[in-house]
Amino acid sequence: MKEFRASVKKEFLHIFRDKRTILIVMIMPVVQIILFGFAVSTEVNNARVAVCGDMSDPQIRRATERMDENKYLEITAILSSPGEITDLFRKNGADAAVCFSRNFGSRIPDGRASVRIIGDGSDPNTARMITSYISGVLQDTAADIDISVSGEKQSSMTPVVQLMYNPAMKSSYNFVPGVMGLILMLICSMMTAVSIVREKETGTLELLLVSPVRPLWVIMSKLIPYLLLSAFNFATILLLSHYVMEVPVNGSLALLSLAATLFVIASLAIGLLVSVISSSQRTAMLICGMGLTMPTMIFSGIIFPCESMPLALQWFSDIIPAKWFIILVKKIMIQGDGFTAILKELGILAGMAAALLAFSIKSFRTRLQ
Amino acid sequence: MKTIEISGISKNYGQVPALRDISLEVNQGEIFGLIGPDGAGKTTLFRIMTTLMLADTGSGTICGMDIVRDYSRIRKIIGYMPGRFSLYQDLSVRENLEYFATLFGSTVGKNYDSIKEIYSQIEPFEKRRAGKLSGGMKQKLALCCALVHKPSVLFLDEPTTGVDAVSRSEFWKMLDRIRKSGVTVFVSTPYMDEASLCDRLAMIREGRIIGTGTPEQIISAYPYRLLSVAGGNMYPLLKILRNTEGVISCFSFGNALHLAYDPEKTGLPAILAKIRENGSEDCRIREITPGIEDCFMQLAGK
Repeated sequence: MKEFRASVKKEFLHIFRDKRTILIVMIMPVVQIILFGFAVSTEVNNARVAVCGDMSDPQIRRATERMDENKYLEITAILSSPGEITDLFRKNGADAAVCFSRNFGSRIPDGRASVRIIGDGSDPNTARMITSYISGVLQDTAADIDISVSGEKQSSMTPVVQLMYNPAMKSSYNFVPGVMGLILMLICSMMTAVSIVREKETGTLELLLVSPVRPLWVIMSKLIPYLLLSAFNFATILLLSHYVMEVPVNGSLALLSLAATLFVIASLAIGLLVSVISSSQRTAMLICGMGLTMPTMIFSGIIFPCESMPLALQWFSDIIPAKWFIILVKKIMIQGDGFTAILKELGILAGMAAALLAFSIKSFRTRLQ
Repeated sequence: MKTIEISGISKNYGQVPALRDISLEVNQGEIFGLIGPDGAGKTTLFRIMTTLMLADTGSGTICGMDIVRDYSRIRKIIGYMPGRFSLYQDLSVRENLEYFATLFGSTVGKNYDSIKEIYSQIEPFEKRRAGKLSGGMKQKLALCCALVHKPSVLFLDEPTTGVDAVSRSEFWKMLDRIRKSGVTVFVSTPYMDEASLCDRLAMIREGRIIGTGTPEQIISAYPYRLLSVAGGNMYPLLKILRNTEGVISCFSFGNALHLAYDPEKTGLPAILAKIRENGSEDCRIREITPGIEDCFMQLAGK
């Protein structure tokens, strides 16, 4: 036991004495959360809209004001002819344009008034978001106009869309679980792998193996420090996302921590496996960086929804622990699900962690090759 | 009972043989040297004896314990200093020492006496990171770390490689004192001049033991007579002498040539005549007793 404590202490000394490690462990999570939270945001804020139409028409003015009042939209130009729109787009003077037909106001009663929304399709995601915002705003206006013209609300079927759990469609609700999974995965697997392979490289592993300390303790003394570090990271991410990104923690914190612990154990085991197959720190970094991060990014549903992938890739995504962890985080944090609702995912993750740990400890060699 | 006893050890790395049928015996309390050039298989043999690696064939015992079956018991009683400096560079001198003491279930305080003599030399730098020590000090620290748990057998893999001449001779004096305290020392080196400092030695080349015994035994077994030829135009002379009748071998040796000849086939006058004939009048030629390196060359050439 004394040997074990000394080894853990030694490992912490390595971590705190290496500036690069400190940087990765302490700074990277904060930077990533802030980056994903603010910079890499798919929300539309202050979209610039140009309006083309006769401003003396009260109905057009009314619609324009309505758009300007919306906090996501901003009227930046009033054009007199539709021909100017292309020019404005070329100069990047607007993100979308709204073009009212001639005699808009007077044609409303006979239902021939029309509006065209023109988006900048060179950036399809943003264009789709902005145009749907604008059409939403215009639909509201149209309903009002209807009432003011005919004096009564005409019956029409207008669907009302409501997004549960995330009414404002904040992208941080998606990114926080994703980034959490990514960071825990990266820190646990990469740091563990690199720290073991470094000892291989410098030859100190030889001394550890030659010592009477049992290999299982050697492994554990490598894993425990990174388990503690990831607990610290987990807390940082959670605090940041809650107080800075304003992502709620609707479910139980204990359950969330349990899910994180299982995921961390799985990641540590993967790190141990990587250390077994790689002979240099560079290889270990590459395997973790490319071999683990990329699939995690792509197949865990952070960026691309797994449901829209071909069936074979969906199966592949099932073997990625991060996918299950991210689902769990979303369910617990955002939907506020209880234990029974997440039993399946929790079970899968626990199984993966146990299998990976058993396999990696078994494949850790007590001798040199 | 011999302290180390191995027989018939062979090891291949894929198709490449590293060790071929190695058998050795080391007595209690002696310094046993394993001498051979780089790539001869020394480190592989060390790893097999320190239970870090399994041999393909053969068996061995350390203090009567089997190197395969009883590996966990062997690990308690041996000290091992690998060839490269294998301590934690980012830990201080003291931290390294304490860590390795704890690892072997001991403390620095308990065994301070056994390392005092060596450790006192690096004690002033206790707080310095191991990576910032000079080569000689690193080596002393590594030795302290290997000795701190009072092992019965000490394995030193090329401890003096990359260390200056003064530190090297100091190191051998330390080994001598360690031996006097009853520890068996198994040491490897590529430097032939260190061979005479061992009690007994084995010469290894291309994975084979080519000679073993005390330094005196090995030298007295040298079958030829040896001349040192210095001065003159060495390179053409070397080529001529190699083709002379009765000359077994001729190697350049520092700034002289060592020429081995078979006394039954030729003699000093004949060789002298041959040298003069080729216009190297000003050579200094004298008969010398062979060194370990001469023996190694002779055995390696067989």
